[in-house]
Formats: sequence, C-alpha cells, structure tokens
Amino acid sequence: MGSVPHIVVIGGGSTGAGIARDLSMRGLDVTLVEQGNLTHGTTGRMHGLLHSGGRYAVSDQKSAEECIEENRVLRDIASHCVELTGGLFVKRPEDSEGYFREKLQGCEDCGIPAEVVSGEEARRMEPHLAKDVEKAISVPDGAVDPFRLVVANAASAQEHGARIETHSTVTDLLVEDDEVVGVEVEHDSGPGKRVHGVEGGREEIRADYVVNATGAWAGRIGDMAGVDIEVRPSKGVMTIMNVRQVDTVINRCRSKGDADIVVPHETTVILGTTDEEVEDPEDYPEEQWEVDMMIDTLSELVPMLSEARTIRSFWGVRPLYEPPEVGSEDPTDITRDYFLLDHTERDSLDGLTSIVGGKFTTYRMMGEEISDHVCAQFGIDADCRTADVPLPGSEDFTVLRDYMDEFGLRSPIGRRSVERLGSRADDVLKTHAPNPTVCACEGVTRAEVQDAISQSGSDLNAVRIRTRASMGNCQGGFCCHRLASELYAFDADGMAEGDSPREFDEVTVRGAWDELLQERWKGQRHALWGEQLSQAMLNYALHATTQNRDRDPADGDPVDFAAFDSGPADTDATTRSGVATDGGERGGD
Amino acid sequence: MAIESAVLVVGGGLAGLTSALAAARAGADVRLVSYKQSTLRHASGLVDVLGYTPDGDGPLRDPYEAIPDLPLTHPYRTVGVSTVRDAMSLFDETVPTYRGDHTDLNALVPTHGGTIKPTARYPASAAAGLASDDRDVLLAGFESLVDFDAPHAAAHLRSAGVPFRVRGATIRFPGDLRADAKVTRYARLLDTDGDVTVDGRDRPVRTALTERVERELDGEARVGVPAILGDDHAAAVREDLGERLGVDVFEVPMGPPSLPGLRLEDRLFEALDDAGASFETGNPVVDYDGDGRIERVFVEKNGARIPFSAEEYVLATGGLVGKGVESNREGVTEPVFDCHVPHPADRYDWFEDEAFGDHEFAAFGVGTDDGLRPLDPDGNVEFENLRAAGSVLGGYDFAAEKSGSGVSIATGYAAGRDAAEVVA
Repeated sequence: MGSVPHIVVIGGGSTGAGIARDLSMRGLDVTLVEQGNLTHGTTGRMHGLLHSGGRYAVSDQKSAEECIEENRVLRDIASHCVELTGGLFVKRPEDSEGYFREKLQGCEDCGIPAEVVSGEEARRMEPHLAKDVEKAISVPDGAVDPFRLVVANAASAQEHGARIETHSTVTDLLVEDDEVVGVEVEHDSGPGKRVHGVEGGREEIRADYVVNATGAWAGRIGDMAGVDIEVRPSKGVMTIMNVRQVDTVINRCRSKGDADIVVPHETTVILGTTDEEVEDPEDYPEEQWEVDMMIDTLSELVPMLSEARTIRSFWGVRPLYEPPEVGSEDPTDITRDYFLLDHTERDSLDGLTSIVGGKFTTYRMMGEEISDHVCAQFGIDADCRTADVPLPGSEDFTVLRDYMDEFGLRSPIGRRSVERLGSRADDVLKTHAPNPTVCACEGVTRAEVQDAISQSGSDLNAVRIRTRASMGNCQGGFCCHRLASELYAFDADGMAEGDSPREFDEVTVRGAWDELLQERWKGQRHALWGEQLSQAMLNYALHATTQNRDRDPADGDPVDFAAFDSGPADTDATTRSGVATDGGERGGD
Repeated sequence: MAIESAVLVVGGGLAGLTSALAAARAGADVRLVSYKQSTLRHASGLVDVLGYTPDGDGPLRDPYEAIPDLPLTHPYRTVGVSTVRDAMSLFDETVPTYRGDHTDLNALVPTHGGTIKPTARYPASAAAGLASDDRDVLLAGFESLVDFDAPHAAAHLRSAGVPFRVRGATIRFPGDLRADAKVTRYARLLDTDGDVTVDGRDRPVRTALTERVERELDGEARVGVPAILGDDHAAAVREDLGERLGVDVFEVPMGPPSLPGLRLEDRLFEALDDAGASFETGNPVVDYDGDGRIERVFVEKNGARIPFSAEEYVLATGGLVGKGVESNREGVTEPVFDCHVPHPADRYDWFEDEAFGDHEFAAFGVGTDDGLRPLDPDGNVEFENLRAAGSVLGGYDFAAEKSGSGVSIATGYAAGRDAAEVVA
C-alpha cells in the first residue's frame, strides 16, 4: 500500500459517482470504472423524481426519512440539477380515504412538510388535473436531472484527483489469498475518454480496496469473486410526453399500484411506472401493455394525457435487494432501503464491499456511509464534506443575469443553457466565434456541445446526456448530423483549419453518428403512433432520403462513378452556360 | 350552391400539383384545394425516380430498367414504366430549371451530410456538383450554418471514393447576420445584393462573399456551397458568383427549410396558374357526401363548411408526414375519405428494431386498383370517382428506395390524366 490507499469503485451511476466524489474529497486515491457512459445503468433510466419521501411515508418510513433529509441536501449542493416543482398526492373518489389519512400521518411522522389541499385548489395549481380529484396532499417533491447530477459528481471527483474510466468493463476481480486486490478491465477504446474505432485493451488495476456499486449488476461482480449477491432486479417503464401537461409532480394517493406518477422534467413530463421482477438487467421484454397502461391509467389523473403525444419510452431496472430470509414475493413489497454488504463479515473475503438497494435520491447518503466504511478499513479519520460543498455548476450561483446580451443568445436559449450549466455558464458560453443553435428543440448551442465533447470524447450519446441535445420532440431528426459535424469540427487546441487533421477523423465521427441514430431510434419505437409516427417518418425521410445515410456509399461497396450521369453535354464544361436558359425573363429559378 | 369543377384535386404537394397540371393540360376544368404547407419545403428539391431496389441494391444506374422488377403492388407497377416516362416529360416541360432529362441514367448528387445520392433530376443549381464529373471541388460552408459543415462533408465524400479531389473550408459569411439567421435571410440578402458591413465598410454582399471564397480556392474548377444562393433570383446570384470567381458554383441540397424545394413549389404553382387551373390553399377538406361515388366535399373556411363538387376527385394529401395518413394507438387511417389503409393489427409490428430497418410504417398508405382507385378491405373500389396519388399511396418505402418525387410525379400525372379522360 502506498501512503494513500487506492480505491477502485465499480459503477458509474449515481451511487458510484457519489462514492468516488466522497472518497476523493477525503483525500483517497480513487479510480471509477463504468462499463458504458456515466449513468449507463439504472441512473440514466429513471423518472427524475427528487423524492420528498412522501411516497414511502406509509410503507417504508426509514426510506422516507432518508429521502426528505437528502432532498434538502440536494436542493443545496446541486441547485443546477434540481427543479423545485413541488408534488401532490391526489385522491380520486375510488381511492381509500383511510389511506389518505395514513399518508398524511406518515408524512408528519417522518418530518415531511405536508398539507391537505382541496380538489379545487389542486386544480388551480394544475388545471389539467381530473375534475373528480377530491383532494390532495402537497409535499416538497422535485425534479432532478440524473445525467447532470452524475456528471457533476464525476467532475468533482476528477477535480479531487480521481480517475474516471467510462466504457471500461470489469472482466474479473483479482483475488489473492481471500482478498480482492484489484480489477481487470477491458477498455472499449483505450484508457481515457472514449474514441470510436480506437483499439481498446485490457488493464489490471491494482487496488487496496474495491467497492462494488453496480446496482442491478452487483451479482455479476460478486460471481467473479465467488460470492453470492442476490439482487432482485425489477423493471419499470417510463413514458415521455412531448410537453409539460403538469408542472408539479403528481402522485396517485393509493397504497400501491403501477402507473401512479407523473414527473415534469425539462420540457417534458415522464409517466411511470411498472414494477416487474426480471432475471437479467440487460435482457428483458419491453412490452406494449406497459406503455398503454401508463397512458390509460394516468389519464384518470390528467385526462389530456390520453390524446397527448408521447415521444419515447424507456425502461429502467431497480437494483432491489432484501436479505434473503425476508422472501418477499411481490417486488413492490421489497424495501427501497440500501444495504452495505461487507464481504469480510459475510463471505470471509477481504478487500470488497458491495452496496445494493437504495434510491437515487439518497445516493449521497449511501456514498457517505460506504466512504465511512472504507475509511474505517484504513483507520482514516476524515470528515464527509459532500453535504456541504456544492457540486461544480452549483457554486454560488444565485442570479440569472441577462444572458441574451451577454452571450448573444436569443433569450429562451440563453436561459435554458444557463439553467443546464449553472455556474459554469460563463466559462462555457463566452466565445468569440458565432454560437449558433445546434439542437433547436432543447436550445443547445455550439459552445455547449463543444464543451461536452471536450469532456466526453467521441461519444455523441455522452454529449447528449450532458446537453440534452437530440432529446426533444424531434428526437434528433434535425440535429444528429449537426452533432456529428460538431464532433468532426472539435478542435482541442484551436489549431485545426480547413482540412487539417482532426481530433476525430471522419470514420470515427461516422461511427458515433450511427450509434446516436440507433440510440435515438430505440426509445421512439415505443411511441410510434399519431404525431410521433409522423415525426419518425419525417426523420427517416431526412436521414434516408435527403442525407442517404441508410445506404451511405462510404459504408458500402465502391461506386462506379463513371457509370452515372456526369451532367448535360451542353453544360458539361461550363455549367454556367446552362444557367442562361434558366435565369431569363421569368426572373425565377 | 357548391363550387364546381370537372376535376377536384385535394392536396398541394408534388403529386397534387402534377395531377392538376396533367388534367388541366388535357383540357379539363380543374380546381385544387390544399390545406397545410406542402412537404416540398422539407425535401431536398432533388427529383428521385428510383435509386435503390426494395432489397437495397444500388445505386441503380437506370431507374426505368429496374421498374419492371418491382413488386406488383408498387405504384410504379400500377401505372407502368411508359407512364413514368410520360410523367417525367411533363415535369421536364414544366420545370426547365431542372437538369437530367438528357439521359435515363441517374446522377449522383452530393448531399449536405457528405454522402452522394442517386437522383433522376436535379436543379440546375446543383448540376456542377455531380459526383461523376471528375473536376476538383472546393466545398465552402458558413460558420453559423450548422446544417452543412464543409470539411466534414468533404472528408465523408473522400471516404465514399469520389473521383476527384475535394476539400472543405469554413468561412464566415460577410456581414453581421445573427448566428441563428434562417436560410431565407441569406437568400434574400444575396437576391438583392444588399450591403453588408465588413471591417467597418459597407460592401455589396456578393462582392464580399466572393473575396472570402476566393481566398480558399486552390485551383479547383468548382465550388459547392449550401443551398442558400438566392430565392427569387437564384440563377442570377449563382451566375454572378461564378463569373466573379471564374469557376462553376453549385448548391449542395439541404434539409428543411429547403430553398430548392420552395423554388420548385413556386414554379409548379406558377405553371398551374398558367395552365388555367384554379387553386386555393390554407383550408382543409373536412367531410364529404356520397356512397360509392363522391358527390361533394366540404372545405372548412373561417368556421364555415363550403361545398365543392366535381365529377372526378384526386386524393393527394400526402403520407404520414403530410398527414394524408394518420394513426393512433389502435390503427392507421386516411382521414379525408376514410379509405382503407392496410396495416398490421399490432402496432409493434409497424417498425423494425434497427433505425434503418425495413419499416412497415414507411410503406403505409392506400392500396389501389389499376386506375389508382383506393380499395376497401375486400378489394373493392372505395369510390368510383376517386383516384389517389403520391405519398398517400402505400406499398413502397420512398425513403429507402429514393423514389418519393418520382412516384408523386408518375401517379399524380396518371391520376390527373385519367380523371381528365373521364370528364372529357
């Protein structure tokens, strides 16, 4: 062991990134490895609810108390990732009055500020709520951008010296004398930022301690060291609507059930969800009935949803865990609490702890507990500071200035850029070059895209999660090719000109472009009717007809150019001579 | 009393306009009603006939040669190859600003994404850019125009193996246009050769632009720029820049809003006017009377339902994009006459998992008899006096085949011609 212990954290979701930040702030040497992008697993596939705890106030009060505590912390340290929407638990006539009272009492017990509002008041707050909603409980739910939050945690960890390796899959745990002493990883494209088409390689990373923060994938890591971790992955669907039908989180006030929450998120609302145990967190059916249920059941709360446009659906897998002796049959009965599994105590295997279960809202608390545990292994006495020090982007940023003038951006775009970037806005948006909008749906400018590329390499999906580019109504129909061109134009040192060699060559860019198109298609498949089917057809026409990307000649057999029309004979040498016939007295073209 | 005409065309895109033109030129009294902006403004302005077979073979050298091998349900098989040729002749007569009629062969036109695309007709403004011309090319993009990155497109074209040297350069468009200026703003400025301020001096924009492009030239015989070179005076703008630079200048077609598409739309409306047809735009057909035979349709205008009657009707309302075909979670419909649109019952069978898979939805549209008359689920004609044309037709994937404009022109022509014959 060197003077500072080296900790490998496996998993680049909220928990892993939170642990990496915490440990590195306490002065430990940290390497985080993640098989995909940051948020690749469950974190990138959640509804974006910042729990008040109200949801668990009856069934799981320990979780509820943790939620309200962390809810307050995140408002403070992650202000640029959080929107304070407020939330309502609404009661329809057929929902139990007894449960409504239990919910209210539960909130009180757990210290969650809760207030009963009448149906009329609730509809004044949210005019699209159903007419027969009788009453509601108002709680401090919020919305949080999981991508931004995890990227900020990773950035903070990096600032404190951590190494972050994405697209690096753990292929084995190194075990010597009943102690885990490191990991073997397969880099998708070599260490560092991901670059498409760059040959990857294997690396052995030695560590003094390894933390398994892989959530639903924890069992897979455990298997590598011969320990059993029985995570019970449970899938849930989330359906994204094209506009914000509501600005408040709407929960159905009943004991349990699918399709009971609507979360406003940026320009959309997200409907959720289902709860079905699955065998494999990477291979499970994404089913039509789940999407239909979201729309049909949640229309009981917000009737206009039945006719509204959905832009895509996605599924996430909860990393549920309960001690095997509990034996819940129904995944909805499994606790949402988290568990720290010290494999020394549990399996007589040193050097490894797993953290399983838990919730996104409490990621920081989980990180704190496991960091305390890791520090204790080494007799290190260092305070956790993650609840007090703001994340990058959320430092001291209280005044939204007039960014229209300052950055030459049209005001709605400037406002949205600044909301995303928080206190980094100055650094990112101050540019001498013109700063056109690349993604019009989400108001993302070139400067923001270039900043994201500088963080994430040639991975356009990583650019997407950082900026929201291609995540709006058109789902990338109008901007995927622009993002590809921004990648080609990326110029780390400001030296590239014209055709000079680029950071990412054309083949690399084409690979990233294809991957983005495919990723955007994946979620839209579940929204293909009505307006979104029309949009999908337009996108298909733009990409296939106008750009001929489906039969890209650079991907296929060589083309016999000489066999095709090389232009009309009379205009072959000088096409301008042909122009005379069309520029004449009609005055048009 | 209803507004009467012999032939009523519903829809103002390429198919509807061609249909109305064909009927008018055959001497029929024609009226065209259209609701939304046509999808021509979304399209590149290239007129494809057939670039690839439904199996993906291609690029096809000769589109006409491949038509007899298409599936029987393909609209080209319905009208036959000689009608496709007649229809293209009508297009060529009507739109002299297009090139490609000197040969049956497809041309390979560079796209703004840096690929090449097989197409049968192209605007004269794109003619100097063909990829089978072996003269060297400089692509010049503009810093703020995010739809065309010249160095990226040039690199992509090199990867496609084009038989000439191609370089890309990004220049700042002269003057102080906003970073998000629309392409029409560039076009109007070039149309009028308006003054722009460069280094504190006012200069005509074409002069200033020429200087900036000239600096990048390195012996290339032709220069490609994004399709923003003028709107009303596009040919003059191009000619002027070409003369100043001493090279051929061409436009690279782009996505929406597409100036070549808008110019084509303008030209077709002008031709329709010249042919004596009447048209009105901006109001939807909301209903019809008739059973087995359409008696009249109702156009909604300022809240009133105005009847229009005709002997023959042409349905050219577009496909999924133009909203001539609509869908919901339960199924797929044709909203004006409620014609049957065949589709799989399970909406999860409408698409494939790959972004560019063989999607069923791409071929959604009405099926027809030999006379382009839509068929009901039992294979009977829905209305004896209704013909369908363009993207409202099913049975072909225009995006994969690169056949959209050609099918619209061919079926529009056939529907208009046949309707005129009945009323003659």
